[in-house]
Amino acid sequence: MDPYGQEWMNAEHSMGTSIMAVAFDGGVVMGADSRTTTGAYIANRVSDKITPMTDKIYCCRSGSAADTQIISDYVRYYLSMHDIELGEDPDVDTAAKLFRELCYHNKGQLMAGIIVAGWDKHKGGQVFTIPLGGALVQQPFAIGGSGSSYIYGYCDSNFKEGMTKEECMEFVKNALSLAMARDGSSGGVVRLVVIDKDGSERKFFPGNKLPEFWMG
Amino acid sequence: MASIGTGYDLSSTTFSPDGRVFQVEYAAKAVENSGTCVGLRCTDGVVLAVEKAVISKMLVQGTLRRSHIVARHATLTVCGLISDGRVIVDHARAEAEQYKDFYGRPIPGHVLADRIAHFVHVYTLHWHVRPFGCAVLLGVADVDGPQLYLIEPSGLSYRYYACAFGKAKAAARTELEKLKLNGSDGKALISCDEGVKELAKILVKVHDESKDKDTELEMITVTDGKDGGAKLVPRKVVEEAHAAAKAFLEADDMED
Repeated sequence: MDPYGQEWMNAEHSMGTSIMAVAFDGGVVMGADSRTTTGAYIANRVSDKITPMTDKIYCCRSGSAADTQIISDYVRYYLSMHDIELGEDPDVDTAAKLFRELCYHNKGQLMAGIIVAGWDKHKGGQVFTIPLGGALVQQPFAIGGSGSSYIYGYCDSNFKEGMTKEECMEFVKNALSLAMARDGSSGGVVRLVVIDKDGSERKFFPGNKLPEFWMG
Repeated sequence: MASIGTGYDLSSTTFSPDGRVFQVEYAAKAVENSGTCVGLRCTDGVVLAVEKAVISKMLVQGTLRRSHIVARHATLTVCGLISDGRVIVDHARAEAEQYKDFYGRPIPGHVLADRIAHFVHVYTLHWHVRPFGCAVLLGVADVDGPQLYLIEPSGLSYRYYACAFGKAKAAARTELEKLKLNGSDGKALISCDEGVKELAKILVKVHDESKDKDTELEMITVTDGKDGGAKLVPRKVVEEAHAAAKAFLEADDMED
């Protein structure tokens, strides 16, 4: 037994997570599970890992809860100053660049894997991913978190160019359900955020209303 | 110059009793002695042109540059003290670079104009510095299209369709007003290529022969589109436009 008490008393809150985002013509669909753990203990079973940066830019957070919260707070602050100076909504690539800046320059001290997605009037719906080292990659869709390793094959075989908004939502919901079924650190509910030129809309799917696949 | 001898004009940190800052007004006077600068917003970019007095027969052509490239999408011409202008150019370049580095996109015209104006304004607030003895014309071609700005030594910045500053600014502005600049939809009608010729004509026309005998023109453009960017207009093109403008105005004089 650990002389300093049990794991859930002193271990860091982390989001062993399943997150993803898919761009469609005119917007993006973002999704996440809702499990936050302290070691094996589920500290929160209904967490919200999809965090707003502006009205039309959100990020999905994975890794340390504390690290990703503080990074998104900084980025939200920078973007709001940028918004005022610019006189218009910031671009998604600008937001992603700011995340990259913070993740790269502090890489030794952070545990953060972030997906930035949203809509802007210059380039429409876009998805960016910033993995651990602080690289910035734009992709038509992105998956992240510990659960993502179980669904690379599913996503590669089921992703199609030019899916509609509804098809994207279905794709995200199915992929996340599969990841949550296999990954012990993912679970709970599925949260979706759909962003287009008119703003954002949230969708909620409780754990007992998720699609089921082969359960063995 | 009722201000002289009153003691209210010795520092930019002193207001006169009627609420003026004379040091800033003197800085504006320094700009009025400068060779004329003109700028024109065009369909595909911005043209800036300046007139330079050739002070010596031994002077190498193209020296004493008054027009500068700030970024790939921004140009600037100095009207007034050339060396003061260079400090502004240095700062403008740093702002453009810093913005691009931080936000990952080129600095928009209005943000660059605001930041330069802010920088210039700071020099009117402290006793240990003097205001800039120059105004600058700023040409930008970004995602929002071509834009022309003027920043004065006081720190004011304006956006224009066409603008003139310096020695013959009044006459040059009158000439610019005669051009048909915009369609009913507010879009520019003159292209950069035509703009180069029109500005050459204006600079030749407003030139005061009795003051400076020999002059050289200097022009810079910034254009949008794939092959766009900030470029000095090649000397050959400027000289051709200069010669054509002189010929045009001589022919015009003959008719009168």
